[in-house]
Amino acid sequence: MVRPIGILAGLGFVAVLLWSLVWGAVAFIQEPPQPTAEHEFHKHPRDAGLSSAGLLGKYDRQQLQRGFQVYKEVCAACHGLKYVAFRDLQDLGYSEAEVKAIADQWAIETPSVNPETGEAATRKNLPADNFPSPYPNEVAARAANNNALPPDLSLIAKARHDGSNYVYSLLTGYRDPSPELLREFPDSKPGQGLYHNPYFANLNIAMPPPIVSEGQVTYTDGTRPTVDQMSKDVAAFLTWTAEPKLEQRKSAGLASLVFILVFCFLAWGAYKNVWRGEPH
Amino acid sequence: MSFPWANQYNPKNPFMRWMDDRLPLPRLVYNAVGAGYPVPRNLNYFWNFGVLAGAALAIQIVTGIVLAMHYAANAGVAFQSVEHIMRNVNGGWFLRYAHANGASMFFIVVYLHIFRGLYYGSYKAPREMVWLLGLVIFLLMMATAFMGYVLPWGQMSFWGAKVITGLFGAIPLVGEPIQIWLLGGYAPDNAALNRFFSLHYLLPFVIAGVIVLHIWALHIPGSGNPTGIEVKGPQDTVPFHPYYTAKDGFGLGIFLLVFAILLFFAPNYLGHPDNYIEANPLSTPAHIVPEWYFWPFYAILRAFTVDFILPAKLWGVLAMFGSILLLFFLPWLDKSPVRSGNFRPKFKMFFWILVVDVLILGYCGGAPAEEPYVMISQVASAYYFAHFLIILPLISLSERPLPLPNSIIEAVLKGKSGSTLSTGTQTAVSAPAE
Repeated sequence: MVRPIGILAGLGFVAVLLWSLVWGAVAFIQEPPQPTAEHEFHKHPRDAGLSSAGLLGKYDRQQLQRGFQVYKEVCAACHGLKYVAFRDLQDLGYSEAEVKAIADQWAIETPSVNPETGEAATRKNLPADNFPSPYPNEVAARAANNNALPPDLSLIAKARHDGSNYVYSLLTGYRDPSPELLREFPDSKPGQGLYHNPYFANLNIAMPPPIVSEGQVTYTDGTRPTVDQMSKDVAAFLTWTAEPKLEQRKSAGLASLVFILVFCFLAWGAYKNVWRGEPH
Repeated sequence: MSFPWANQYNPKNPFMRWMDDRLPLPRLVYNAVGAGYPVPRNLNYFWNFGVLAGAALAIQIVTGIVLAMHYAANAGVAFQSVEHIMRNVNGGWFLRYAHANGASMFFIVVYLHIFRGLYYGSYKAPREMVWLLGLVIFLLMMATAFMGYVLPWGQMSFWGAKVITGLFGAIPLVGEPIQIWLLGGYAPDNAALNRFFSLHYLLPFVIAGVIVLHIWALHIPGSGNPTGIEVKGPQDTVPFHPYYTAKDGFGLGIFLLVFAILLFFAPNYLGHPDNYIEANPLSTPAHIVPEWYFWPFYAILRAFTVDFILPAKLWGVLAMFGSILLLFFLPWLDKSPVRSGNFRPKFKMFFWILVVDVLILGYCGGAPAEEPYVMISQVASAYYFAHFLIILPLISLSERPLPLPNSIIEAVLKGKSGSTLSTGTQTAVSAPAE
């Protein structure tokens, strides 16, 4: 009984699928899917060549510090870093005292209560605090940004495809829309308060170009602060904020691989030894 | 039951003798996975994956229990608590990456285990119950993995939960009340997150219980083997320990090697970037896709695009569940008495077409729902159903299997033990299937 019922059910599913296929094919021929502007003009990120990439790549501490400086002086005006604490900056090579000073002098204070009256207040940041949000809430953030919401950047390098390179490419990718784009898709001309950027998913981003001129940030280590360099540095910094344990992970991985390879070798030897002379 | 020539448990140590008289647990282990279980001597590496699936479950349970000590199942803080694990908990990044990639490893070895069973006819009498219990484990795994993916409360967690529970909404009349009952609301929220966490913690132990039944049912007839012929005498078998414990030890090493490469060097390779964005009911991701191990089924779900008596969505849901449920009938759909694909030339050809077909379905399931992927998944889904429901029942009527060896030991000594998938160029003799 199972087989006749099975064959009937099988024929049923196959028939409905082929029916769907025929209609899909007819629609495909009559109205071929129209190419979209994103499909044709969206670009995959360019390689930023960060030292943390690759199997054994490590962070460049100098670069992370420069990137942090770019974040502090440029990005932090609009973008939070809510999963990162000031104390984490010691990872970048800052001393405890330096971290304390950075937290203390941070432009935005941490929300608190007045210990006398219990009213809402703010206080200076401590190393144990996470980075305070630049806006009190989403409504305030949107109100200040033409109704766009600047995303928190803690995880941005993991929350986008090829995130580290994406950050770098996006920051250096602002340009006027190409004539071909405007000819083929006149609708994709950036509207009021939008900027063309081929690395952004829908080509039009609400964020104005944040890094525009050489020397926008003054580096203390003598590196020339070109637009490209600053973009690269902040991409490196945001890679670190998204994956602060990257170096521990890779070195633990290397040790594990050595250990497991030795285990495999011994286990293979045991296997061959046990089965010796036993036909199989 | 075991073969009459199985080694008998005979403890020498006085304490073990004392124990054996009172609670013969060591005897149970000895007979189940020790020297007391005779196993065909000709198993190839495809027989490693059962043990590896057990190892994967153990890894998931251990890492999961520790993660649960740090995770908070509340929609307000779940995402943040995962970041807390990644940043502040000692070794937390290791636990979470091990758990997330461990799920993928679990599915990889289980899929290999299932396809091993499909090729070598492991579902056939007298092992139907082993197959059926295995499918129950597979369904429980899918439920567990789905609910586990919701827990980090990222964008894909939320929208995945919404899409999958939305499938129940396709059921006529009672669909919507069922969906609301499952979620505890109209959309995934705190109620859904909490119950998913509770069930995600429960189901692995249910899986462990069904695994006990799976192994119990396996030990009644004993393990199959690549020739598909039954064990005839002591010369056909070796004791599980030390022979297969040693071989499984090596298999475990290779498993850990692949696992470590994934975990330490590409921990987010199999994940989706959108799940690093906190769940937002007001912002729908451009492409909602489940985890890779669900892609073939997701492709089948989306392949139904036209209403035909029933709404297209309902067809998709029926077909997606049907694609797994039909496997429960496989022992009675494929009536060829020859188990191993090595001796079934037609079956072997269609088996490899099925493998390619499922890979194509997987690719289409991960691709956006646009042409040509939809048309490809329609053809591939049609083959999937045709393979199990039409082709397998019919080929056993016309197929001439190759001559079977007389015994396992004979096959081994002739070098045709089946440790490779091909049997060379033997010619078929008259041995009709039925």
